[in-house]
Amino acid sequence: MVGEERRRRSLILTIIGIIIAIYVLFPFYLVVMNSFKVQADIVASPIALKGVSFKQFITNLGAVINNSNFNFWRALFSSVVITVISLALLALFGSMAAWVISRNNKKKWATAIYMIFIASMIIPFQVVMLPLVSTFRDAGNFVGIPMLSTIPGIIFAYCGFGGAMTVFILTGFIKGVPYDLEEAASIDGCSPEGTFFRIILPLLTPVMTTVTILNGMWIWNDYLLPSMLLGLNGKYKTLPVAVQAFVGSYVKQWDLILTAALLAIVPMIIIFLIAQKQIMNGMIEGAVKG
Amino acid sequence: MKANSASQKLLSLVLLIGGAFSLVYSLILDFSRSGASYRGPLLIIGMVAIIAGLYFFPTLKYHRRIIYIIFLFPLLFTFAVTVIIPLCLGIYYSFTDWTGIQFTKFVGFENYTTMFSDPQFIWSILITFIFVVLNMILVNVIAFLLALLCTNGIKGDGFFRAAYFLPNLIGGIVLGYIWQFVFNNVLINITKTSLLVQTKTAMIAIIVVYIWQYAGYIMLIYITGLTQIPGDVLEAAQIDGANPSQTLFQIKIPMIASTFTICTFLTLTSAFKQFDVNLALTGGTGSAQFMGKYLTSGTQMLALNIYNTAVSKNNYALGQAKAVLFFIILACVSLIQVRISNSREVEL
Repeated sequence: MVGEERRRRSLILTIIGIIIAIYVLFPFYLVVMNSFKVQADIVASPIALKGVSFKQFITNLGAVINNSNFNFWRALFSSVVITVISLALLALFGSMAAWVISRNNKKKWATAIYMIFIASMIIPFQVVMLPLVSTFRDAGNFVGIPMLSTIPGIIFAYCGFGGAMTVFILTGFIKGVPYDLEEAASIDGCSPEGTFFRIILPLLTPVMTTVTILNGMWIWNDYLLPSMLLGLNGKYKTLPVAVQAFVGSYVKQWDLILTAALLAIVPMIIIFLIAQKQIMNGMIEGAVKG
Repeated sequence: MKANSASQKLLSLVLLIGGAFSLVYSLILDFSRSGASYRGPLLIIGMVAIIAGLYFFPTLKYHRRIIYIIFLFPLLFTFAVTVIIPLCLGIYYSFTDWTGIQFTKFVGFENYTTMFSDPQFIWSILITFIFVVLNMILVNVIAFLLALLCTNGIKGDGFFRAAYFLPNLIGGIVLGYIWQFVFNNVLINITKTSLLVQTKTAMIAIIVVYIWQYAGYIMLIYITGLTQIPGDVLEAAQIDGANPSQTLFQIKIPMIASTFTICTFLTLTSAFKQFDVNLALTGGTGSAQFMGKYLTSGTQMLALNIYNTAVSKNNYALGQAKAVLFFIILACVSLIQVRISNSREVEL
């Protein structure tokens, strides 16, 4: 009897779970399905499969990809370049700084740097964004390296903004790496930089995954920073900025807007399907440690 | 290190002198406003050469110290330029009549008094607080229920977890437009007029979208908390005859109190900073009657208000002052969080 009651409860819970999943996934269904329709069919029957044709999807895709405001391939390329280089630099510079901080954690200067990084994590982007733009413009003009509307400029900014959280998580991990390992290497004649790159860095792989996922989710989806530093009509646009610029120019053209939305979410969904477990674990660890 | 010490010494000296020379020369070009296009690359070459020179510097005694400096430099430099300097400048500018390019005079607290006499800004603060409180409660309750659902041994819980988490992968701008479509073209068949037209219903819409985006993420954290409860504790409760609701309220919830603190503050700070969904879903529009004035931006929350004041209305000094206030509010919230989690740890 108890077994049957249990099975029934499990069945009810599963049904509830499925209903919620349908609710959660329904907007995705709408986006995918309506990218296969013409505008008139979307407005007339947004939920039904009526008017869905593969040919129309190709037409919509062509219209969106070649649109001068969206420029999908260009935006995708900018997004990928900015995200990948920022992540690589943050991982490298972050682990270097975290190693120095955690190996000197009894010294005052290291503690001070660490505390400044931690405290800076509460700074919202809004409070620095306006002076950041003017600093980048003025400093760039002054030294002759354009910082606004350029990819190196925005990568520089992401290194600065992501640095605090990266150092925070990595320092916590490196403190747990036994110091004996380094002493042994040092006695064997290994230089400090050699110790770091040959012994410490390979040990950091699990925590690097966490850091890279957290930073990657943030940088890939970020809108405010690229919209301020690259501009809505600038030479380079990341995907979120391109979507915003595109929608601004096509009010209520849902066939095009939804196709653009589909294109913007597909890369992330593909990555999620490949590395689902790592992404979910990374997000949890980041939250619990942050 | 020993064998080629002479050549290393030479290399180090050449790099240091050459680096210093190109650095100084490019700075001279900067200050003399020459506008030569090679001064930028020259500066970078100078900096890199000095770092390389320091690296090869033939000393065993100070080598470790030099490495520490080189390792800290890149992150500290970018951090100072993008966070510390703009923060200090920002606080400074909020007391001037800054236009985004220059300022002519100090105005004291004028920006701060102006913003508090603006009904639109007070309205924005008000709805932001309401939004934050409602969100904090709703997201946590829903996420916790979802976590209970997913840890109750239902079939395919891995799929459910991934599905509920999926919306969190998508940036606020894109999902804002997707939901704008849902509200304006799909749900309109049930609600007759779009929820986004009226201020009150539009705020509800923003909350719905926000829960949709965020609950799955918070759920994952609760699941972690719930699965970390030791099995023998639950077993002991079962043997003692505790029913499911007693187990939930007297064992599970107290045991994951720290998870509740984490999730509460995570939702709190992220709801405060909410900008993307607000911009894409309603753009801040919506009419409201407040303090005897007619407002046209009824759904404009604090972050969007700051952005619009500076970027759309071109009032940089006022926008910066609002941003400083925003920062102070967030800093207070974070300090309270640290207090609470520290006192919890002492108790345990």
